[in-house]
Amino acid sequence: MKFNRRFVFAAAAVALMASGGPAMADLKIGVDAGPYPPFASPDPSGKWVGWEIEFMDALCAELKEKCEVTPTAWEGIIPALNGKQIDMIVASMTITNERKKSINFSNFYYDTPTALIGNKDGDKDITPAHLSGKTVGVQASTVHQKYVDKYFAPAGATIKTYQTQDEANQDLAAGRLDYAQADAAALDAFLKTDQGSSCCEMKGMVPEDAEILGGGVGVGLRQEDTALLERVNAAIAAVAAAGTFKGITGKYPDLNGVIITP
Amino acid sequence: MPLAATVTIFTILSFGDQGYGDEIARSALMTVQISVLAYLVGFLIGLGGAVGKLTGSRVTRGILDIYTTVFRAIPELVLIILLYYSGNAALIAILGMIGVTGVQINGLLAAIVVLGIVQGAYQTEVIRAAIQAIPLGQIEAAKAYGMSPVLRFRRITLPAMLPFAIPGLANLFLNATKDSALISIVGFTELSQATKQAGVFVKYIQGNPLYLLVFYGIAALVYLAISMTSNQFFAYLERRMRRGQARPA
Amino acid sequence: MDWSWFPVYFPQLISGLWITLVILVLSMFFGFILAVPIGLAQAAGPWWLAWPARAFCTFIRGTPLLVQIWFLYYGLGVLFPMIPGLRQSFMWPILREGFYYAVLALSLSYAGYEGEVMRGAFLAVPKGELEAARAFGMPRFTLLRRIWFPRAVRTVLPTLAGETVTQLKATPLVSTITVMDLMGVRGKINQDTLRVYEPLLLVAFIYMCMTFVIVWIFNRIERMVPQKR
Repeated sequence: MKFNRRFVFAAAAVALMASGGPAMADLKIGVDAGPYPPFASPDPSGKWVGWEIEFMDALCAELKEKCEVTPTAWEGIIPALNGKQIDMIVASMTITNERKKSINFSNFYYDTPTALIGNKDGDKDITPAHLSGKTVGVQASTVHQKYVDKYFAPAGATIKTYQTQDEANQDLAAGRLDYAQADAAALDAFLKTDQGSSCCEMKGMVPEDAEILGGGVGVGLRQEDTALLERVNAAIAAVAAAGTFKGITGKYPDLNGVIITP
Repeated sequence: MPLAATVTIFTILSFGDQGYGDEIARSALMTVQISVLAYLVGFLIGLGGAVGKLTGSRVTRGILDIYTTVFRAIPELVLIILLYYSGNAALIAILGMIGVTGVQINGLLAAIVVLGIVQGAYQTEVIRAAIQAIPLGQIEAAKAYGMSPVLRFRRITLPAMLPFAIPGLANLFLNATKDSALISIVGFTELSQATKQAGVFVKYIQGNPLYLLVFYGIAALVYLAISMTSNQFFAYLERRMRRGQARPA
Repeated sequence: MDWSWFPVYFPQLISGLWITLVILVLSMFFGFILAVPIGLAQAAGPWWLAWPARAFCTFIRGTPLLVQIWFLYYGLGVLFPMIPGLRQSFMWPILREGFYYAVLALSLSYAGYEGEVMRGAFLAVPKGELEAARAFGMPRFTLLRRIWFPRAVRTVLPTLAGETVTQLKATPLVSTITVMDLMGVRGKINQDTLRVYEPLLLVAFIYMCMTFVIVWIFNRIERMVPQKR
C-alpha cells in the first residue's frame, strides 16, 4: 500500500505549504471574535463592520499600513498579542494599570461610562446593598468583572461570567440574570434592539472607580514596540484633528451621547 | 411560521453578499481542512509512536508511554489551550534564542499542530494495538527473507495493520472533527465560531433570539454531514482493505 | 512560575472540583438509564422505536459536544422566557442555572454513545439463552430482566472505566456556559490574576490525577467481581 504513505506525506506537505503563506507585512489587528455590536461584528458578506472597525481603517490610513482584521477570542487576546499572532489590539480594551503590566496602551480613542441594565421593573436602585441576592452578568476578563467582584459580590450578589458580552445580554433577556454591567455604549445599543427594548431597561451608571474602570479605551501594543506606539499615538491625534471621530459616530446614531472621543 | 420569516431565513442563508451561506460554507471547509490535516499529523505521529513503543529502546518506550498516558488523561480542551499558548510562547523564545525575530507564526498551522499532537497520543495506541494484531508469522516470514526493517514496515506491517486499525481510525477522525470545534475557544473562526458570529449579528439585526437557535442547528447539521460522509469513507476503506480476507464469522 | 495565588483560590478550586465530580456522576447516571432503552429499541424494537433511537445516536455522535451544549443553553434556553408564566413557576430556578443544562447536555451525550454500545451488547448476548428462556414460556419482560439485560450489562462493564474517563474529559466544556467547574475556576483565576500557565498546568494535573484514580477504582471493582464466563 505505497499509496497510503506517499499520499499522506504529499498531502500533508502541500497543505502545510499552502496554509503557511508568505510572511506578511500587514498589521494584524486583533478584535473580539465573539462579536461586539455596534463596535465590531461581521456582516453577511463576511466583512467586519462597526464603529471600531471604521476607527481602525482611519488609523491604518494615517499609519500608511495595510491592516488585517483578526478575530481572536477575548480571553486569549493579550497572549495572542504577546505571542505575535496579532500586532495590535483594537477591541474596546480599557486602559488599566493591571493590563499595563503585560502590554502597552496608546492614548485613548474613546471613553464611555459604565452602566447597569436589568429587567423592566422600574427599580432604579443600584447600590450594592440593593443588589444583594441578585445575579449580575459580566464578560470575563473585563474591567466590569473586576468592578462587580469588588463592589457587588461582597454585598451578596451572585456573579456570572460569560465569554462574550452578547452571551451576557442573551442571558439577561432570557431572565437568567437580574442585571448586566458593561460599557454604556454597548449596552445602549443592545437596549435599542427589539430584543433589548422589550426585555430590559437602563438602570443607571455605576459610581466611578478610576483604578478599576480605567481611563478610556486604547489600542493595545506589545511592550517592545515603542516605535509603533508613538506612530499610533500620532495617528490617533491626527484622526481626532481631522474630525473623523465625529464622522464615524455620526454613522452610528445608537452611540450618540454615550461615547466621548478625543 | 409566517411567510415573511421564512423568506428572511432564506435570504440570510443564501450565498453571496446578502446571506451567510457562503461564510458558513467557507468555515465548514476550514473545519474540514483543520480536521483532516490535524488527523494526518496525528497519524504520522501515531505511526512513529507505535513503532517506537514496539521496537524502541527503554528510553524511547518510556518517553512514549508518558506521552500517551499524559495526553490521554487530560481533557482535550485543557491540552489545546495549554499547548496553543505555551507552544507559541516557547517557539518564539526558541527562535529568539537563535536570533530569528519578527517571525509570525501562522495561527492556523499552530492550531493544526496542536490538534495533531493531541490526536497523536490516541493514534499511537490504536496503531500499536493494530500492529500487535498482525499474525506473527507474517513478520517472521519477512524477517526470514532478509527484508530490511524499513521495507518490512512499508510492505508488510503497514498494509497488514490497516484493516485492524480502521474502526479505531474512523473513530479518531470523528474526534478530530469534534475537537476542531474546541479550537474556537482559542479564537479561531471555524464552523462553530462562524455560525455563532453569524447568529449573533443576525439576532442583533432581526431582534429575534430564535435566529441563534437556527444557526446552531445549521452548525450541527453541517457537522453531521461531515461525520456521515467520513463514516461512509471509512466503511469503503475497510471494504477495500479487507479484500481477499475471509469474512469474520 | 508564580504560585502565590494558590492559597487564595484553594477553596474555589475545591468547589470547582466538586462540581466537576457531581456533573460527572449525575450525567453518567442519567445517561446510562437513558442508554438502556435506546440500545434495546435498536436491538429488538419495532421500527418506529428503533429509528428515532438510531437517529438520536447518530446525531449525538456526529456533532461536537460543544455545539450541543451551546445549542441547549444559548439556543433553546433563551426561548423559555417567551413562554408566558414560566418565570413564576417552580421550574424557573432550574431553567435559570447553567448547571442543569450542563448535566442535561452531558447526559444526552453519554446516552448517545452508550446507547450504541448497549445496542451491540444486547445483540451480542448468545441467542441460545434467549431462545431457551422463551421455550420455557418466560414472559417477555421477565426475560429482559433476568437474562438479556444482566448479560448485556456484564459485557459492557469492562469498558466502563474508559467511558468514565472519556466523560470526565468532556466536562470542562461546561465552563463555557457559566458553570463554575474546575475549568471555570481556572478561568476565574486567569481573569483575576492574569496568570495563564500556572492555573492551566495545575488543572491539567488535577484532571490527570482524577483519571488515574478512576482507573484504579475500576480495577479494584473488577477484581472484586468474580470473572464467570
